[in-house]
Amino acid sequence: MESNSNVPGKITPDDNVRLMKGNEAIAHAAIRYGCDGYFGYPITPQSEVLETLEALMPWETTGMVVLQAESEIASINMVYGGAATGKAVFTSSSSPGISLMQEGMSYIAAGELPALVVNVMRGGPGLGTIQPSQADYWQATRGGGHGDYHFIVLAPATVQEMADFVGLGFDLAFKYRTPAMILADGIVGQMMEKVVLPPFRPRRTDEEIARQCPWAVTGRAASRKPNVMTTLELDSATMEQNNERFQRTYRLIAENESRCQTYYTDDADYLIVAFGSVARICLKAIEEMRAKGIKVGLLRPITLWPFPQKQLAGIAAHTKGMLVVELNAGQMIDDCRLATDCSIPTFHFGRMGGIVPNPGEVADALLSHFPEAAN
Amino acid sequence: MKEEIIIAGFGGQGVLSMGKILAYAGLIDNLEVTWMPSYGPEQRGGTANVTVILSDEPISSPVLDTYDTAVILNQQSLDKFESRVKPGGTLIYDSYGIHHAPQRTDITVKRIDAMEATFDLKSSKSYNMVVLGALLAIKPIIPVESVYAALRKVIPERHHNLLGANHEALAKGRDLVS
Repeated sequence: MESNSNVPGKITPDDNVRLMKGNEAIAHAAIRYGCDGYFGYPITPQSEVLETLEALMPWETTGMVVLQAESEIASINMVYGGAATGKAVFTSSSSPGISLMQEGMSYIAAGELPALVVNVMRGGPGLGTIQPSQADYWQATRGGGHGDYHFIVLAPATVQEMADFVGLGFDLAFKYRTPAMILADGIVGQMMEKVVLPPFRPRRTDEEIARQCPWAVTGRAASRKPNVMTTLELDSATMEQNNERFQRTYRLIAENESRCQTYYTDDADYLIVAFGSVARICLKAIEEMRAKGIKVGLLRPITLWPFPQKQLAGIAAHTKGMLVVELNAGQMIDDCRLATDCSIPTFHFGRMGGIVPNPGEVADALLSHFPEAAN
Repeated sequence: MKEEIIIAGFGGQGVLSMGKILAYAGLIDNLEVTWMPSYGPEQRGGTANVTVILSDEPISSPVLDTYDTAVILNQQSLDKFESRVKPGGTLIYDSYGIHHAPQRTDITVKRIDAMEATFDLKSSKSYNMVVLGALLAIKPIIPVESVYAALRKVIPERHHNLLGANHEALAKGRDLVS
């Protein structure tokens, strides 16, 4: 394993090392980040986020608001309102619930508001199943609502990353005034692993928020004009200027924030690309293939938007072929082909509807597309 | 050291919590641990299983093709998982409710009569600890002291009066194996 791999990293036991589900880790990490509010509606497989927040009762300690809203639509619009005041607020749901939130998410992006949305994906389309899936990749990375916009999309593969990406997501959201999403799946939401929780950080004071977010609608001081938060602009010329500003931000994010992790890629003849917990299934498949002398490497995108195009293109340039493994019918494969200009043979392997492949199925898929790899 | 375990049975038998205590004991032993339930609309009487991996190296996949050890507590689980024990691995099964015994000869098969043994105990809820006691006697993956420590962590303090019953059940399971 290369030195940059840590799936999951070795952890020394102490009081901060805990055994918990990914969903629980998100709740703990949010309180410790100094999050101001959570608004959500329960849905499997992520209900533990809300349940854990309710059990920890942060309103009695840090003052964080936790509210079970009447619906997902209410939740996302409460996030919109909270974010407009410069507060660090988030919601979580699973696929059908995230679909309900798309209008509000477009408004939050148009308002250039920092906020965090967690999607613990389940099998779709429709109400689908409650089992793991990655079929919301397009929705998450293309902007599932109307208009030209992006969320920064983070894909955790471990319970540790479920905890870490809460802070990372909020930090990026505030840095760029762009909402962020944690795109997880039912596996990493439901499984328990060791996790080191981040240290407690106090919530920002009103003065700190006013300094950090001079755009926030926090009540007008006599010394300045009112801040207005609206996404309606009847003058097309102004709306085009707004769009150009959004796009400048997206270009800046694309240049600076794409992240990925690579394993065994230095000498790889073939490359597997997979994200989230599926990347770990592929890593075991790769370790088993390497034991037979088949040189396969793995690239795991950590940011799905911005996609790690340059990193993938660099590795693909010295490989003979690529297999993209996803819990869907083939979505991230589009980004893989774009990143490499279709310069190497690229195939997809996926299971759908909540079925998770075993490592052996991944190895079989690779060898069926690249039979020469076994020679 | 790396041990890949499947525990499978009926919902309500304590399959998931047995896995959780095993995982917690691994954490106390400074091992890497992964606990992956077959979550779903499962309930008392339905099927339930959990994959627990204990390792002194980082763990890659939480989803496995084959297992070092299978702990099987009903017929459906035996039918599903017997073929997925690694050659040379171990299959432990409770004979209660099993109509067709395991057939494999390339693995170690151990029959334990844990359900019957549990009838002698005060609480039928101790069943999973009887099974865990037997598992650790057959495969001493972790010291039983780490399980005691895990129980103190997993069981809420207001129920620590039940620790004794759990220790008794673990010993009962250990004594099933000779």
